[in-house]
Amino acid sequence: MPDLRPARLSPADVLRVGGAGLRARPTRVVLSALGIAIGIAAMISVVGISTSSREDLNRRLAALGTNLLTVGPGQTLFGEQTHLPAESVGMIGRMAPVTSTTATGKVVDAHVYRNDHIPETQSGGIAVLAARTDLLDTVGASVAKGVFLNDATARYPAVVLGDKAAERLGVAAPNEPVHLGGEWFTVVGVLHPTPLAPELDTAALIGWPVAQQHLGFDGYPTTVYARSREDAVHSVQANLAATANPEHPDEVEVSRPSDALAAKQATDETLNALLLGLGAVALLVGGVGVANTMVISVLERRAEIGLRRSLGATRSQIRTQFLTESLLLSALGGAAGAVLGVLVTTAYATYQGWPSLVPAWATLGGIAATAVIGAVAGLYPAVRASRLSPTEALATP
Amino acid sequence: MTPVVELRDVGREYQGVVALRDVSLTVGRGELVGIVGPSGSGKSTMLNLIGTLDRPTHGEVRIDGHAVRDLSDRALSALRASVIGFVFQQFHLTAGVSTVDNVADGLLYTGVGLKQRRRRAVEALETVGLGHRLTHRPHELSGGERQRVAIARAVVGRPALLLADEPTGNLDSKSGEAVLRLLRSLNDAGTTVLVITHDQEVAATLPRRVDVRDGRVVRDA
Repeated sequence: MPDLRPARLSPADVLRVGGAGLRARPTRVVLSALGIAIGIAAMISVVGISTSSREDLNRRLAALGTNLLTVGPGQTLFGEQTHLPAESVGMIGRMAPVTSTTATGKVVDAHVYRNDHIPETQSGGIAVLAARTDLLDTVGASVAKGVFLNDATARYPAVVLGDKAAERLGVAAPNEPVHLGGEWFTVVGVLHPTPLAPELDTAALIGWPVAQQHLGFDGYPTTVYARSREDAVHSVQANLAATANPEHPDEVEVSRPSDALAAKQATDETLNALLLGLGAVALLVGGVGVANTMVISVLERRAEIGLRRSLGATRSQIRTQFLTESLLLSALGGAAGAVLGVLVTTAYATYQGWPSLVPAWATLGGIAATAVIGAVAGLYPAVRASRLSPTEALATP
Repeated sequence: MTPVVELRDVGREYQGVVALRDVSLTVGRGELVGIVGPSGSGKSTMLNLIGTLDRPTHGEVRIDGHAVRDLSDRALSALRASVIGFVFQQFHLTAGVSTVDNVADGLLYTGVGLKQRRRRAVEALETVGLGHRLTHRPHELSGGERQRVAIARAVVGRPALLLADEPTGNLDSKSGEAVLRLLRSLNDAGTTVLVITHDQEVAATLPRRVDVRDGRVVRDA
């Protein structure tokens, strides 16, 4: 007598049988896969957009350099404003790992106006800074129009405007006069925006000598910029205060502008975590939708289950069929969601001018999540289908 | 030679209600038998027991020599896949699927590859006279044609036993006659055929009829 052992379905047949139920009801498939798709798309685009934005920052920082340090005067123990010693620029410049230094000094009493009719209070928030002629190279700034100050123009009433300062004063091109500290100055240049030294964007830069001679500038630097060798940034940062003001190192503030940009990025991460959580909720709801669809599908297809049992399907083959259907359903949603998420990321990153980047772990994680959801959502309906007695199933009209 | 169907003192109760009591029946190879009775007589219960879709409360069922009591659910599934073909009153064809693939599904659980399943499905459809309807969907066929597709699906695996449950119940008399002719010709070709029916006219055309009333066999001739 031949041994009675059920034949195994080939993987291709498992997929065919599992997919047959989906092909028969396309509208329902689209609607229940949509929930999963939205969840996956939301999660992938949140991860993709934040990764792209971080990548953009990293590339910008790599271009700007993270080795710029700034030194400024702090306050005494009693809260009085201090100033850096005039020789601090030279002392910092003599530190071995420091490759270049420069400085600006705030001309406290001077303000800049478009002309001499503007009321004194409407200074536009533009600071007048005395600048060394070697400022641009060290801070990584560049001139958009005109030229920067040189040793000659630094002695005369010439001014270079930051990007925003030019905008606020309404100066479109060099050679226009502005009213600065009660005298007429000629604009010789306008700068590009300076990400690592945003204070220059809203500044009017004049020569050190002219500030001292005409505007009562005290000659003390208020910001010293120093570029250090990349490998020594931390040790330079630690020793800057003592070098700049050996008598009162506690009255010196040292900062690293690239850290400030990175910190701003970090605050966005909290919002991302929240959005990611929302995506997870959408995914969960999508999973419930798939489970619901599968339960209804099993109820509706009792006769089919009975027929398959009469054709020789074992319980485990019925279970596999519905589990495969559920997995295919959520995989369909997951694939659509992944494509949608990548599209959203690409569109948004392109709009922002960022490099578009979706990390592989997000895509793989999304696929793994849909597999888990499909398995969990399909398990109960599949077990129910397999436990159905063939006679009862066939008795269903 | 072992009989295809052997029932010995078989009874089946459903929650205290007796559907079948102490039925004994033997069907030999190559027979064409009608199991006849009004609704509620227990003939459907007999069909389920013979088709191994259900197990008896007591007594012994042997199909193609296999004692059902000794077999696991998996082994019974394998038995149905290889030995028994079912034809139902409601046809149970899959909507939206071509006749060839409907028939090919009759071999799905026998371990035959897709290509061969389709080839044999075409042969089976030619046997039942539907060689010209291979790519039609069930809703494009008449009731008689649908039942012939269902018969093709039942015999595509060349089962030793063909069980037909009210095969003409949903058909007009002309289509019904054609289906009966087909079952007879399959029987002539060697298949053992069991037809369950309440229709006396249908029963009258069969060489052997077993009358069932109130869960008992009252006549076997």
